[in-house]
Amino acid sequence: MSRLLASGGPVIPNFGQGSSCEVHNGWFCSEWVRAHWGDTLQPALIQHVELAVVAVAVGFVLASALAFAGFRFRLLDPPIGVAADFLYTIPSLALFQLLVPVTGVTETTVEIALVSYTLLILYRNMIEGLRGVPPEALEAARGSGFTRLQTLVRVELPLALPAVIAGLRIATVSTVSIATVAALVIPKGLGQPIFIALEQDVFKTEILSAGGLAVALALCADGLLVLAQRFLTPWARLERSA
Amino acid sequence: MTLADQFRPGTFVDAFRFIGDNPGFLLSKAGEHLELSLAALGIALLLSLPLGLWLGHRHRGLFLAISVSNVGRALPSLVLIAVGLTIFGVGFWNNTAALVVLAVPPILTNAYFGIEGVDRDVVEAARGMGLSELQVLLRVELPLGLPLVIAGIRIAAIFVIATATIAAIAGGGGLGEIIVNQASYGLAGVVGAAVCVSALAFLAALLLSLLLRAVSRRPEPIP
Repeated sequence: MSRLLASGGPVIPNFGQGSSCEVHNGWFCSEWVRAHWGDTLQPALIQHVELAVVAVAVGFVLASALAFAGFRFRLLDPPIGVAADFLYTIPSLALFQLLVPVTGVTETTVEIALVSYTLLILYRNMIEGLRGVPPEALEAARGSGFTRLQTLVRVELPLALPAVIAGLRIATVSTVSIATVAALVIPKGLGQPIFIALEQDVFKTEILSAGGLAVALALCADGLLVLAQRFLTPWARLERSA
Repeated sequence: MTLADQFRPGTFVDAFRFIGDNPGFLLSKAGEHLELSLAALGIALLLSLPLGLWLGHRHRGLFLAISVSNVGRALPSLVLIAVGLTIFGVGFWNNTAALVVLAVPPILTNAYFGIEGVDRDVVEAARGMGLSELQVLLRVELPLGLPLVIAGIRIAAIFVIATATIAAIAGGGGLGEIIVNQASYGLAGVVGAAVCVSALAFLAALLLSLLLRAVSRRPEPIP
């Protein structure tokens, strides 16, 4: 609990005695952002990135395992799909609270909730990608004497990559967005300054700067994944220009 | 008292006891929740459904449809509600506006792609039979693209019901009021209300899934 108290301390120490913009709660006080970048916004941004990266990474590993299972054994696909769909339906705020009695007020609670939201999107896209591999490509692989593992690694996975990355983009952007709500459970991420600002008579500058950072972070992550896709699937660009 | 101090494995039992003890209260909160959600969903439908359908029909605005959905997904609901608070202050309209912004992208994008993806030969055949543009859209493209259109509304409904919970921080009432007010209702109340929100979202999703199934199972036209 000490962590809660430590990071929940006075975040707007000058609110009320700061510049006239801060005192009158102006729309955007750049001096406040400069003064509190180091003690409020930057740590929240870093925590937010950590929360999202861990969630997407764990979600990706889990979804990959599930997708291989669902792809190889078709009987498993419907139950996995329904379970992922069900997890996706539970509202994020509710899921955070539902997990508290089980895993307590910890980062684990937040990560479980965040991971469960990535599963549906990642799983669906992986399965679609693997199933969308044209039969001619599989025939050609078999004709070239590829083993099953070789076919998977050298034919099916590369061809499924665009769909997988498309899913990864949606999952990443949604996770960055949902991670703001995590601050209701643990005082971490960009949601934390927003909740504090709401308690401090709706301090606009803090809401807009932290909110803007969250949106910018989501869009940057999306852009990075687009670049990654270009780099990983150079043939897609060749096809388009041909 | 913090959440961790109250941590007990029996909390779920207490949560269901809370639900059993306060059915009237929870029902009225669920009513507020639905009222807010339906208002937002209705406005979002009015704003985005005709636009999405028409753009899909004209095969225009691909860039708009894609960017609206990308930006919409990147906008955290908490940020929307907090920014709404700074503009409109506390109240019903702040929350409704924030929820509308959240609901528009999935409805618009799915309506667009649902209509845009309809087989062009079918559309040409309909035009050849002398149907007007509006008739083509309503009688040919809409029935064929309906599954995707409804899928978009389903996503929007889940989003809105889920996010209406956060509206409580901006005086929006609803079940979120219990969830964010642990001091009054205790962890049992918080978890109980969370169960209710999940049930509400799940019911809405189920309802729209059934509708989706009903419209997807229409018999194939005889060739």
